[in-house]
Parts: sequence; structure tokens; C-alpha cells
Amino acid sequence: MLERSLMRWQCLRAPLLACMLALAAVGSSAKEAVPMSNDPALEARVLKIAEELRCLVCQNETIAASQADLAVDLRKQIRLKLAAGESQQQILDFMVVRYGDFVLYRPPLKASTVLLWLGPFVLLVVAALLMALNIRRRRRGVLAQEWSQEQARRARALLGEGEGPA
Amino acid sequence: MKKFLIPLVLFLVVAGFLAVGLGLNPREVPSPLINKPAPAFSLPLLDAPEQKLSAQDLRGKVWVLNVWASWCVACRVEHPLLVEFAKMGVVPMYGLNYKDKRGDAIGWLNKFGDPYTRSMSDTEGLVGIDFGVYGVPETFVIDKEGVIRFKQIGPVTPEVLRDTIIPLVRKLGA
Repeated sequence: MLERSLMRWQCLRAPLLACMLALAAVGSSAKEAVPMSNDPALEARVLKIAEELRCLVCQNETIAASQADLAVDLRKQIRLKLAAGESQQQILDFMVVRYGDFVLYRPPLKASTVLLWLGPFVLLVVAALLMALNIRRRRRGVLAQEWSQEQARRARALLGEGEGPA
Repeated sequence: MKKFLIPLVLFLVVAGFLAVGLGLNPREVPSPLINKPAPAFSLPLLDAPEQKLSAQDLRGKVWVLNVWASWCVACRVEHPLLVEFAKMGVVPMYGLNYKDKRGDAIGWLNKFGDPYTRSMSDTEGLVGIDFGVYGVPETFVIDKEGVIRFKQIGPVTPEVLRDTIIPLVRKLGA
């Protein structure tokens, strides 16, 4: 019994841990960007740009959220560049030159990303068309169905109306 | 029959995409730097910090840049292979000691062997950023015109070395 509950605990542990980590992450998101300069306005701009950028070390995190070494370095770069008067676009370009479109959470629409941008809509249209076709075919099928007298009588009998089967 | 055909085809298409996706390594992001000029740098040498090495100094020869650090576990994995490779003398290999402490780096080379023609210290990791480094170790092949021709993310394997790096370096005329 004890062994069994222990085993269950083992099974539960991984998802539990994941939840706890996720909660911890939510809880700590307030301090995710420890201000590195005394200028809150600059810091806000750094974060705004960092949130557009994917951390390549932990690929589902933004550079704003990640604590990876590289993310810290890149936030520092953004801060330096903003302080030097560069625009958001210039900084994003700087990142794309080095890491490719993959760093952008909103990659530009171009030949290599067309499928990414339009794929979901194409799938939606195809699915809607298939569904419409299917519904039409079924409706036509129902209308086209002709019952013989025998079938009608049996149906009425089953529904408890009229006389039963002979 | 037709009833099963459409779901079957859909399933095969999805399965096909998933199969290809499983075979890909999500950590290997194609570098935009391939076939672009290597970024300019000028860095102090690891064993002689008063001396600097720049990209310009390496113009006119084919060379390999290997990004490494003493804190990098995967570097330890590829290191014996690099030592062997260096002994072959096919191509000069320069080390970019990435975000490391000088003493640690030198100690590491003394312990595991030094395959590098020279190593440069990128203490702040700024040259690493210019090279788009995000997963040490990384290895670049740079041609005589200073253009990056190949990039390996993660440890160099014997297969990559034999099938890609060495043939490429020979083709480029090292």
C-alpha cells in the first residue's frame, strides 16, 4: 500500500514539479528584469524590445523573461544601444543579422515564412470547405431517401403510433 | 472505401510532417551568417593578453574558429577530437575563449591539451554575439576572403569532421 502510494507520488511528482515551477515563474515575473540602470523609462524600452526577441538558449522564452547568460548579455546590448540613441528597428536588425529571423517572435512576412503566416488560415478555409461539402451531401442524402411502405409502417410501430407489425 | 481514404491521407500527411519534425534538431537554427563575411574583431590572445589578433590578420588563409570555454561541458566532449584534428595539420584552428576566466582557460588547456594555433579571450562575449553564438561549443569554417562557409552548433562529431569540415577545408584550398 505504502509502496503503491509512493509510486503514485512518483508519477505525480513530475507534473507537480512542473506546476510548481510554472507558479514560481509567474510569481517571479515581477522581478524578471532587475533594473540595471537607474532610468526606469530606459529600462521599460529595453524590456519592450526584449519581449519581441526569442532567447536562442531556451527557445520558448523571450529575452526579457530568460535568465540565460546570453539573454542577460543581449539585454545589456539593447540597453547600451538604446542609450547610444539607436531605434528599436535598428536593434531588431542587429539581432536578425546575427541570429536570423528566428529571434523575432513576429517574423516578417516573406517567401520563407509565408507558410508560417498563411498556413493556419489556409487550413481553416480547407476545413470549412470540407465541412460545408459534407453537410450538403448529408442533407441531400436525407432528402433523397425514400421509404417503402413497409419501412414506414415499422418506423411508426417502433415509435408506438398506429398499428404494430403484422 | 472512400470514407477511409480522406482520413488516411490526412493522417499520412500529418504523420509525415511529424516524422520530419522529429528528425530535426530544434537547437540548430540556421545561421544567417553563412556565406557572409565574418564579423570584424580584435581580441587579446589568451596566452599573451598584450598582443591582439584581428580578423584582418587571418585574411588570405582558410581557418577554423572554435568557440570554447572551460565551464562548457560539451566542449570537453569534443576536445579530444579537436586535439586529434590539430595533429593532422589540415587547417589552422583558432580558439575563441568565450566568457571565461583567463586562469581557468589556461588551466583547462594544460589539462586537456591545446589544439589551437592561438586562442583569443572574448571575456565579455561581445565577439560571440557578433558571430551569433548561442550554444558553446560552436565551430566556424572561414575562407580566404574572410567569408563564413560553415557553422557547427554544439560539439563537432567525427562524422561532421570527416564528411563536412575536412572536405570543405580542402576544397577551399587550405
